[in-house]
Amino acid sequence: MRFIFKTAYDQDLRLFRHGGQVFWYGLLAVALLAAPWWASEYMMTQLHFIGIYSIVGLGLMLLVGFTGQISLGHAAFLAVGAYTEALMQAAGWPFWLSLPCAALLSAAVGIVVGLPALRLKGIYLAIATLAFGVIVEEIITRWDGLTGGNSGKHLKPIELFGMKLDGDADFYYLVLALTTLACIVLANLLRSSTGRAFVAIRDSEISAACLGVNLAMYKTMAFALSAALTGVGGALYAHKVTFISPEQFTLLVSIELVTIVILGGVGSLHGAVFGAAFIIVLPQLISLAKDYLPAGVAGAAGLQATVFGIVLIGFIIFEPLGLYGRWLKIRIWFELFPFYRKGMFRRQKTYMKSERLR
Amino acid sequence: MKFFSVENLGIRFGGVVAVDNVSFDVQRGEVYTIIGPNGAGKTTIFNLIGLIYPASSGRIVFQGRDLTGRKPHQVAELGIARTFQNIELFEHATVLQNLLIGRHRHRSTALWQELAFTPAVRHAERAQREAVEKVIDFLDLQHYRDTMVAGLPYGVRKVIELGRALATEPRLLLLDEPSSGLNPEETNEMAFWIEDIQKGLGITVLMVEHDMSLVQRVSDRVLALNEGRAIAEGTPAEVQAHPAVIEAYLGSKEPA
Repeated sequence: MRFIFKTAYDQDLRLFRHGGQVFWYGLLAVALLAAPWWASEYMMTQLHFIGIYSIVGLGLMLLVGFTGQISLGHAAFLAVGAYTEALMQAAGWPFWLSLPCAALLSAAVGIVVGLPALRLKGIYLAIATLAFGVIVEEIITRWDGLTGGNSGKHLKPIELFGMKLDGDADFYYLVLALTTLACIVLANLLRSSTGRAFVAIRDSEISAACLGVNLAMYKTMAFALSAALTGVGGALYAHKVTFISPEQFTLLVSIELVTIVILGGVGSLHGAVFGAAFIIVLPQLISLAKDYLPAGVAGAAGLQATVFGIVLIGFIIFEPLGLYGRWLKIRIWFELFPFYRKGMFRRQKTYMKSERLR
Repeated sequence: MKFFSVENLGIRFGGVVAVDNVSFDVQRGEVYTIIGPNGAGKTTIFNLIGLIYPASSGRIVFQGRDLTGRKPHQVAELGIARTFQNIELFEHATVLQNLLIGRHRHRSTALWQELAFTPAVRHAERAQREAVEKVIDFLDLQHYRDTMVAGLPYGVRKVIELGRALATEPRLLLLDEPSSGLNPEETNEMAFWIEDIQKGLGITVLMVEHDMSLVQRVSDRVLALNEGRAIAEGTPAEVQAHPAVIEAYLGSKEPA
């Protein structure tokens, strides 16, 4: 068992709470940095996607998990980032400039989408963002003068300060650096006043307003930051797949992104990364399992979607805190060994909340 | 200049006049209590002061500033804090985080600084934490600092909500039924704290309360409401003996 004795406020401000965390994260960092030496070519591709989806997942996590605003249109921000990157690269802009532009443009679109969020809540916000996602997909398809319509856009490998990042390892390090940066930036945000304001809005808008949180401003800010991260993810995604077209940014993708957040664990940064890893690995597990399934089931169309659906429902019923919640329980089991009790995580009935004023 | 005044305040919801032409002043440093039977419009007045409902008529003036036309978060920035009758805490955050959110109006850092967690942010966070620790000491919450609010008992939550309001360093504190749901011991403690807040911290308190023993003990002046109208104002003893108040609570003597 570990006891942490706190003797300074700074201990609560640190990114890492104790030496154990530094050790394990350090180990993870070494393993990830050494990935090109231990991972096969196939695994490298998986790692690329996990990194990219983590960035997008972190963006959506900020919005859904920390600010409590749902979005079923995040594929649109992915598209804005991807197309901005494709078009700017085609126009000859360097990557170090086009990536921030992709983020900024996505953020700008995010602000526009955030405007209805100031009035809408829950299911209505979900519908509004869903409609927005469909509209963006439609615009991309129709505006073929700019986007190439259904024939899509091709991208060249990234060129960064004269270096061509065309190898698996080069691109991997870029994605790794940006994913790490995204994690750190969000962790920073969440341990300062803006992050706390987001959490306040998530848990009780009325209290937040009564404590001086400008709801309109902070909700818009959450949408902008979330969209910006998703835009960065989109730009990287475009480079990874080298060809983008409207079919890659459909409603199903938006739902897949929400799945990352829910499977990973709403309200935790770890959750976004866990969820991203899970959603990339699951299809591979399904295709491995196909060999052992009867031909009728294995060959059925929509097998993957069905499994995804079942997994999602299972998580919502049995582990609402997602993979990260499960991980926490396992960790606490070890930390408390042998004192773990069965009812430890039974959810308590929450006390009556006052009548919601808004 | 009056410290805080409500002038001819009124609101109607459809045909129901919830608050009808109510006026009162609160002087700096006093504990002013609003009493009245259920549905008298007490909490509605609080929601009008917090600008959660737009008033149909009248105005609210705090330290010479008219609140009309402002947004709820601007009320907090002027230095008015409140608690809620049925507790509105941030459930999925620790007690410490709840209190820190109370420091929101004292934030000093910009978004870009926070994203990079610059030394300025670290410095500001340390200062916020120190301010919050004072509140924790004041209300004896040390034991709960890192606990999630979601699992705490009702009495403790009530105190945390009081702490969160104090963390904003208000000039005027609105308490909506501070003793509701508390047992006699906890109510007694609450009374001590209200006295300490008034005398020790020098914060003016405006409260809505049902428990007459608590009202008598802490209030300087009392306003009685019935069906949205003010029926009596004065010291606790005066108001309690006022015939209109007795009638409002117990009904009149005449046989039906």
